[in-house]
Amino acid sequence: MTPMIEIRNVSKWFGKFRVLDDCSLEVAKGEVVVICGPSGSGKSTLIQTINALEPIQQGKIVVNGQTIGDRGVDLPRLRTVAGMVFQHFELFPHLTVMDNLCLGQVKVLGRSRAEAESRAVALLTRVGLEAFRDRHPGLLSGGQKQRVAIARALSMDPLVMLFDEPTSALDPEMVNEVLDVMTDLAAEGMTMIVVTHEMGFARRVADRVVFMDAGRIEEACPAEAFFGNIEERSERARQFLSKVLQH
Amino acid sequence: MLNLDFSTVWPSLGYLFGEGMVTSLAITVVAAVFGMLLGGVLAVMRLSRHRWLSWPATFYINSFRSLPLILIIFGFYFLMPYVGAWILRSPYPVNIGAFRAALISFTLFEAAYFAEIIRSGIQSIPKGQVRAGQAIGLRPSTILIHIVLPQAFRNMIPPLLLRTLILFQDTSLVYVVSLTDFLGAATKLGQRDGRLTEMYLLVAATYFVICFVVSRLVNRLDQRLKRTQ
Repeated sequence: MTPMIEIRNVSKWFGKFRVLDDCSLEVAKGEVVVICGPSGSGKSTLIQTINALEPIQQGKIVVNGQTIGDRGVDLPRLRTVAGMVFQHFELFPHLTVMDNLCLGQVKVLGRSRAEAESRAVALLTRVGLEAFRDRHPGLLSGGQKQRVAIARALSMDPLVMLFDEPTSALDPEMVNEVLDVMTDLAAEGMTMIVVTHEMGFARRVADRVVFMDAGRIEEACPAEAFFGNIEERSERARQFLSKVLQH
Repeated sequence: MLNLDFSTVWPSLGYLFGEGMVTSLAITVVAAVFGMLLGGVLAVMRLSRHRWLSWPATFYINSFRSLPLILIIFGFYFLMPYVGAWILRSPYPVNIGAFRAALISFTLFEAAYFAEIIRSGIQSIPKGQVRAGQAIGLRPSTILIHIVLPQAFRNMIPPLLLRTLILFQDTSLVYVVSLTDFLGAATKLGQRDGRLTEMYLLVAATYFVICFVVSRLVNRLDQRLKRTQ
């Protein structure tokens, strides 16, 4: 079976600094992959290359059979295949929650306003925020914002969901409400790539864990193995795990 | 002590406001409207990735901002007739009149300042907003129209209004091309009646009241816009 996402020998530089160093990763349909690693290791950059928010200088990225950058590949259209959730939510503050969810559906997918609204209501109900449809994002808590952001990404009917540190900007008591939504999503079979430091979530939900350091993919192995046989991990991964698993 | 006599001032009010203030406001409104339109175009050009768009806009903005307004008013008043003659291939300088020359110079001058306000308004929108728009598949023009500009407008409305207030004050410079604005009208009548001090006191009070009230209103609008964000 062809993978949903294929990252092959990808490298990227910011000036002379190499942020991604020959990264390769395949993600199958329905798989949940957690990417972890110290800050500055390139995790966020890697996930952002998948829907071409970050350009790459070397290598190749194939999403659902289409290669980013190939002639004839419509980039805005291809981006709808992958829904993206950002660390800082990035809801549109001048639009209501409902309009946040409808803009893409109407402008990109060409749905009617009524169709878009009924899809939006279904998704808001699912993340438990139907009552907030007419609020502006400024009046929501961080956890609520992130749940709306997940609903907005889902409103485009993506085949993959990309999460870029979805809980690191949240107050601790709000982390779980977001992780719960993500856990449900995974249970329904959504293909997911999650950059996170939440190792509890990784252990419960992930099929595979990828460890990155200094722009390289150091490890990519099944979650049980990653957390089970810590002795077999690389030196850097063990150091990292000892820091994040202590508590 | 100052020996003030306002008795000649009151009968002059009709001329001062009916002629002088109308001229001041006409120049302010026309230059503000067209200046903002041109400024918007210049701002988008300056932010463009294409150098053939950004470079001319940058050159325009920097040039106009480094010249004194009075020089530009003068320049256009004396140059425009020859430029008009060249465009129309007329053997004689084309008389465009002081009023139109003033409108053109104020519009072109203020456009440079409006452009910078609009540019910083657009740049004040975090890059993450653009990324979020891209991530749901929106095209660049949709992102500009539905995400960046509506938010940028909120940030730029107060400074644009305050800049228009400065423009209103600057319209008094049209005396150099013999136009009669509010200040000019007061000067004329004050000289006629030998009551310049009284006239200028009235002018100062009028400018002060208008500018004070407007800037207070802008501040309040600013607060309200911030609250709704």
